[in-house]
Amino acid sequence: MTELQPTNPMALGEPALGEPAIGELVVGGRGLRGIIRDFGHNRMGITGLAAIVAMLLFSFVGPLLYPTNQTHPNLLAITRHPSAQYPLGTDAVGYNVLGRLMVAGQSTLEVGLAAAAIATIVGTLWGAVAGYAGGWVDSVMMRIVDALLAIPALLLVLLLTTLVTPSVVMVIFVLGLISWLITARLVRGQVLVLKRLEYVQAAHQLGSRSWQIVARHLVRNVIGTVVVQATFEVANAILLFAALSFLGLGPPPPAANWGGMLNDGLNYVFDGYWWLIYPAGVCIVITVVAFNLIGDAIRNSLEVRLKSR
Amino acid sequence: MTRYLVRRVSQSVAVLFIVSVVVFAILHFLPGSPARAILGIRATPAAIQAFNVANGYNRALPVQYLLYVNRLIHGNLGFSYHFDQSVGSLLVLDLPKSALLVGASYVISLLIAIPMGIVQALRREKLLDHTLTTFSFVGYAMPTFWLGILLVVWFSSDLHIFPSEGPQGASVTASLSDPGALVLPVATLTIVTVAQFSRFMRASAVENLLQDYIRTARAKGLADWQIVTRHLLRNSVLPIITLVGLSLPGVLSGAIIVEALFNYPGMGWLFWTATTAHDYPVLMGFTIVVAAATVIGNLLADIAYAVADPRVRYQPS
Repeated sequence: MTELQPTNPMALGEPALGEPAIGELVVGGRGLRGIIRDFGHNRMGITGLAAIVAMLLFSFVGPLLYPTNQTHPNLLAITRHPSAQYPLGTDAVGYNVLGRLMVAGQSTLEVGLAAAAIATIVGTLWGAVAGYAGGWVDSVMMRIVDALLAIPALLLVLLLTTLVTPSVVMVIFVLGLISWLITARLVRGQVLVLKRLEYVQAAHQLGSRSWQIVARHLVRNVIGTVVVQATFEVANAILLFAALSFLGLGPPPPAANWGGMLNDGLNYVFDGYWWLIYPAGVCIVITVVAFNLIGDAIRNSLEVRLKSR
Repeated sequence: MTRYLVRRVSQSVAVLFIVSVVVFAILHFLPGSPARAILGIRATPAAIQAFNVANGYNRALPVQYLLYVNRLIHGNLGFSYHFDQSVGSLLVLDLPKSALLVGASYVISLLIAIPMGIVQALRREKLLDHTLTTFSFVGYAMPTFWLGILLVVWFSSDLHIFPSEGPQGASVTASLSDPGALVLPVATLTIVTVAQFSRFMRASAVENLLQDYIRTARAKGLADWQIVTRHLLRNSVLPIITLVGLSLPGVLSGAIIVEALFNYPGMGWLFWTATTAHDYPVLMGFTIVVAAATVIGNLLADIAYAVADPRVRYQPS
């Protein structure tokens, strides 16, 4: 039986493979091309990738083509309805909503990607060291993971944000430092299998140091699992960032992010100002679904490779 | 079984120990001190020193930690300076209201997600499956508060069916006497939760449908509905018990958002208020209680699972 993991439920597309047999788990540099080819055949994965590229272009190139002032409020043009001049209207202090969506997308995507990167690095190293060391080191390290998993993520984030002044960089660190737990668990599970393989034993016999084995052999071989989990962590970080902004603990204006825009729109729920409520939410949903689709597709292509052996 | 029990219980104790150390450390290194909070900013250094001596805050850190654990074990979670009440009494007041919200959402979610997952597994890769999968992906990708806002816009602002606020009563009975106001908060939390649980359920049912015992049941001529009710249901629900238990922290995160959005005076709302007021004892007390509930809940779920399914016990850790 496979050990159940509290992983991203969206990752549970197809039946999970059983405990991989010894020697089955090698997804090294050679296999990468195959994975990319399999990914190319996955329509959902391509859709997700296209959506992310579109979002990146919208957020980072968009403001160059459609420059708007997102720093100084324009109190002469507040809560304007969508028109030719303002395609998505203006908000409560006169910011152009379409332009603001682009700028907000920058920080939202940055937070998601950077937090996931931190989480992935910390989680991979933590899991690899715990699994490779084994014994009481493993027990202590994994109990720490269990303890942090027992505390709701939002609670941890709220606690940490009371300590620091919210800025994009701080939010990235806070979200990164609470998102590595699942990655650590997954990596540890795989390393436990990998370290029994002959080539790792051989490296050990040849006199490689422990850290060399972890860095050169183990980390490289769990990269598939790690990449999949990383895409889910991007999605989760974006959602947590939105929640944080809703609770008023995101970076203060004029800094913009999608969650913060939704929070501003909250005041106009009963006024029918739909352009303050729908666009930012739709952007978040598209981005999060897209990252989940990509993760799902990579995972599937990894498993196809395992099955075809 | 005994070995399994001993291992799981000792693991849980270790986890609770680490949680208490983490919480104590955060509490200790936070800016400000209990003496400042109680005596105010005009207190003299001498008065603060006297307070610290009287309450043991001048002792060595490990001693302070033991004193803290001692207080915890005796049910003393600390004192809220913001609300001028003990954290324990705040908890007694607000926990039941959150339990109502989370409990109702959990029950309704399972009632929807279990049949949904099974139907999806039976119609795998068909239109119905794809439709429900799309629903799950979108439901999971929606920020909880945005979903709540949309429900308010549609059902409260446009259609005037349900109020936009949760029940405002001070007790659970008061909350229950206003069921209409509970609909939108519970619905928000339920939709987000169903999106996740139905994925667990679908994966579990798909895996079970491939097993030999299902083929055997088919071979001996059982009708589809008999296979589902007699064999598939039990076997595919059991493994998700653990996942559902492990989802509790996530659902509680959702409850914080829902309570803040619908102004529902439960634990999550209190926690949020405490965050903005920098009321650390409340934050810490609740963190400990929630973590302990999660750890103990998972332990009980695992034991129940091990009793129901002997295969679990013989798994190497």
